[in-house]
Order: sequence, then structure tokens, then C-alpha cells
Amino acid sequence: MSGTPDTKTPATPARRGFLGVAAAGLGGVFIAPGIQLMEVAQAATPSAGANPQVRWGMLVDTSKCAEGCSDCVSACNKENGLNPQVSATSAQWIRKIEIKQISTGRTASAPVMCQHCAEPPCVDVCPTGASFKRADGIVLVDRHACIGCRYCMMACPYKARSFVHEELQEQVADVPRGKGCVESCTLCVHRIDQGDKTTACAQACTQGAILFGDLNDASSDIAKRLREVQTTQLRADLKLDPGVRYHGL
Amino acid sequence: MRTDHTQFWLMAALGALLTGVGLGAAHYMELHGHVVTGMNNQIVWGLPHVFAIFMVVAASGVLNVASIGSVFGQGVYKPRAPLSGLLSIALLAGGLMVLMLDLGRPDRIIVAATHYNFKSVFAWNVILYSGMTGIIAVYLWTMFERKLNPYSKVAGLAALVWRFVLTTGTGSIFAFLTARQAYGSALLAPLFIVLSFGWGLAVFLIVQATMYKWTGLKLDEAIQRRMARLLGVFIAASLYLVAVYHLTNLYFARQGAFEAFILRDGGLYPQLFWLGYVVLGALLPLALLFHPKCTGARWTFAASVLVVLGAFAWLYVFIIGGQAFPLEIFPGSVVSSSFGDGVVAAYSPSLPELLLGIGGLGAAYLITVVGIRALDFMPQDDFALGAKH
Repeated sequence: MSGTPDTKTPATPARRGFLGVAAAGLGGVFIAPGIQLMEVAQAATPSAGANPQVRWGMLVDTSKCAEGCSDCVSACNKENGLNPQVSATSAQWIRKIEIKQISTGRTASAPVMCQHCAEPPCVDVCPTGASFKRADGIVLVDRHACIGCRYCMMACPYKARSFVHEELQEQVADVPRGKGCVESCTLCVHRIDQGDKTTACAQACTQGAILFGDLNDASSDIAKRLREVQTTQLRADLKLDPGVRYHGL
Repeated sequence: MRTDHTQFWLMAALGALLTGVGLGAAHYMELHGHVVTGMNNQIVWGLPHVFAIFMVVAASGVLNVASIGSVFGQGVYKPRAPLSGLLSIALLAGGLMVLMLDLGRPDRIIVAATHYNFKSVFAWNVILYSGMTGIIAVYLWTMFERKLNPYSKVAGLAALVWRFVLTTGTGSIFAFLTARQAYGSALLAPLFIVLSFGWGLAVFLIVQATMYKWTGLKLDEAIQRRMARLLGVFIAASLYLVAVYHLTNLYFARQGAFEAFILRDGGLYPQLFWLGYVVLGALLPLALLFHPKCTGARWTFAASVLVVLGAFAWLYVFIIGGQAFPLEIFPGSVVSSSFGDGVVAAYSPSLPELLLGIGGLGAAYLITVVGIRALDFMPQDDFALGAKH
């Protein structure tokens, strides 16, 4: 190196400077968006998730539920993009059941949907874990993990689930559905997660027969009502502790 | 097996054709959705499950022949152990093919293989079926590889234990369902095990008789009589457990309506149960197997075919009849709704379902034919062992 003339030295800083600027520029070009993306990602913090202190549930007052009225069913269909045309293969997340006691002849009418059990058999039997219960008690199907084996439908004592038998035409953006998967009432989880305080069926019932709320909150309307009136759980003998309660059965 | 070249290719082509038709039917079902099947939101498991569960249960039972030979040291059964292992793998594959292709999303097989809910009997079964295939493969290896022969008994014992667990698992798919009146009984696990004995042995006897026929050999009469008697014992044991299952149900008042439906008032279901299973699938085969005048191989063959047909009848009643009976959500009441509450659910199987099921049988047949051709599965030493009986 000793024999190397020093004539190039003046140019070196300029080249270095250029390289430095170029490196900084390139770095900026490549790294900045990453940093920005990270910021964006961090800004969109994952939602707090379902609140384990809450247990969402419903109280159905059959004394107020009119025979032949299906406002709740229509509202559910509209909210979730279900085809209102009834067939053996159509999805029915909520249905009206007309009940007549054999011994007394007493009649009643009641909507039946997923009962959002505390001990849901559908969750137990699901091989992939697609059927799951959220911390706030809502029982859902993960549409990405459901393989369509229909074992949950065999296990549900309320026949609350439907299998999507064919291609779906019109879907609601908030409620993605898919052919070959099993689905059921979500307690309008998309509404709840957006801070709404009621479900489509409860809102549509002009008779006030469906009360939605937090069973764990002693000051909620549903909790107060549950303290006041006698209620039953469907198939209480199975001890699944459904989140939907019935009055007047 | 000393079949000639053409015969092998013809048999393989038939198996491939049946399998192809089944795959085509499955593709059609996936393309259009289950709306092209007879299944609906009330009868969620249909004819494909009847075929699949028959094959899976028979797969376990057919291994009995190997177990009796290897584990319990019965000389007659030892030369039959390889064929028994091959049939077990073939039936498992056929059954699983049907189960898998009947899924709403068969394309999500990777999800099923990577996401396990260990509380689910289905998830256990995924492990039990794949484990069973692996154990039988090792078992066959120990039988074919002379150096490994000493390990054959241990492998056979492992296969015996595993298949008991496997059929307990299959029975438990239904035994752990509390929702429906047909299921939710601890009896179902042992019942499925005993049913598997009969169905598996019947399949074995059909295949064995066919192989002997094609190769022009005659099965030693003593061996044939011995296996026929064993099938008879299995049929009687199955009949006994099926009777106990219904009698326990009949004892409980809450199950009375369901039993009346399945045994008397349910139209097709009681007919299939009494005529299909009890008379044709059990009593007639028993008569053919034990009647002093019916000693020939053809009677044993006929009895085996009847046992298989009876198995399909029983499974149809159990799986579809069990779902057809309405769920009792409001006890003591008459109910009606737009979702089939309070009424017996209707189901008529469609052609794609039937073809899928037949495709599964075709796949099992194809694996058997190719297996027999590739390796020496023909029971060889009957004549040498003849003196032992």
C-alpha cells in the first residue's frame, strides 16, 4: 500500500458520501414501509377479546310469544343473510316451535335456537376444534376449521345447527358463511363485538318476548328478570347449562 | 395367488373402475354440495356412513383371524394371518375414503390432520385408524420377513389390543352422544366389538372362498367347518348383545317411544331390523352354518354373504333410523315447527351417495387384489396342518 499514490483521496469522501446517501435512501425505501407497517399493525391492537366476566344469554317469555308470529325468524334471516325459503336442507338458525302439552292441552309457542350451553356437546365432539365457546359464553363455529363432518349436529340435543348444503348466493359482509360447513345462531356476535346491546331477534320481537343481556351482571335487565320469574332450561336433565332460558313452559 | 395375467388385470380394472366411480360421485357431491344427496338437516349422516362404518368395523373384525393364529396359537388360523392383515388395511382404507369424501369440506383434510380436539371421539379415531394401519403394516412385515418372525407374536398382540381400542372408539362415536335416544349407551362399544367379529369373519370367508375358487383349490373341509362354526358363534353373540341393547332401552319408560318406532311402528326401519338383520342377517345364516345337511363350503359362503347384507340392514336402522326419530326437546308435549320438530325425518338415499359407498368397497377390493398379486397372501399350508384337526 505504501507505493499507492494518494491522488484518489479527494474523490473518496465524495464516493463515500454518495454511498452513504444511497444506503440511507435505499434503507429508507426498504425499511421505512416496514416500520410504518409495524406502526400500523401496532396501532390496530388486537381486540381485547371476549370478556370472561360476561355471559351473554337470553330469556324467552313464552307467555308473550304469539303463536304463528315469526318476526324473530325473519329478522334473523335478514341479519345473517339466510334464505327465508324453508326446505329440508335450508339453514334455520332460529325456528318457532308450537308446543301442546299432551296431558293438559296447554299450548305455547317458543323460538328455539342455539342455546349457547356452558357445557356444549358440539364443542366436545368437534374433531378439529372448529366448534368453540368464547369466554363470554357465545358458542360459535370457526368457518376456517370446520371440515363439515356434522358430528356436532349429531351431538346437539336442540337440533340447533344447520349444514350449508349448497352454494350460497347472497351473503352479508359481517356474517361470512360457506358451503360444506356447519353453522348456527351466533347471538349476533358481530353486533355485540361492535358494542351493540341486543340481537336481531330480540330487537324484532314487538311483544318483548326475547330479552338479551349479560347473565353475570346482577344489575342487567335479564338478570333482574331471572330473579323475579321462574324459568327453565331446555333438556335441563342433560346439565349442559344453556344460556337461553324459558319462562312459561 | 396363481391367477393368470389377464384375470388379474380384469379384476384390478374392475376395482379401479368402482373406485373411480366412487371418486366421481364424491366430486359431484363436492361440486354441487350435499343438496344432491338425500341427506338434510335432520338426517345428517346417510348412506355413506353406513358403508364407511361397515368397512371400519369389519376391518377390525377381519383381523381376528390373524389374532387367533398369532396370539392364541391356533394352527389353522396362522397361515391365514397375512390375508387377514391385508383385508384389514384394505377395508380401513375403503372406509376412511368414504368417510373423508363425505365431509362437507374434504379439501380441508390437512386441517383435520393438524388440528386435534382431544375431547372428540372423532379426533381419537383419526389417530386410532392411522395407528392401526401402521401396526398392521409392521405385523405383516414380521410375518413375511423370516428374520423378524420371532416378533410376529408381539406385533400380533399389539394389533389385537389396538383393534379392540379402535372398535371401542367406533362404538363410542355413538355411545358418547347423549342427545339422541338411539345412542348414548355404554353397551355400544362392546356391541360394536362383537359385531366386528362376525362382519370381519364373514368378509374373510367370502374372500377366502373366492380365492380358492379362482385358484381351483379346495379348502380342507375340517378347516372350513371350524371357521363356519366360529362365524355361527359370532352371529349368536351379536344377536344376544343387540337384544340386550333393545331390552335395556325397553326397560326405561323414556325410551319406550323410540323402541316402539324402531321395532314396530317405524315402517322401513322395523322391516329392515326384523327381516333384514334378524331373519336374513342372523337366523338364516345360523341355520345354514349349523344345519347338519348344510355342511358344504357353498353354505358357509351363502351364510357369510347374508351376514354382510344383515350388517348393512342393521347399520341403516341404527344410523339413519336413530336420526329419523324426532328429538325430544319438550317431553310430554306434541310439537311442530318448520324444522322437522315432532315428526319422523324423511330420507331417501341418492345415487351419488350409493356410488360413493360402492367406491369405498371398490377401493378395498382393489387393494386386496393388488396385495394378493404382489405378495403371497394365499393360505398355503392347510394340507400340512390338516392332521391337527
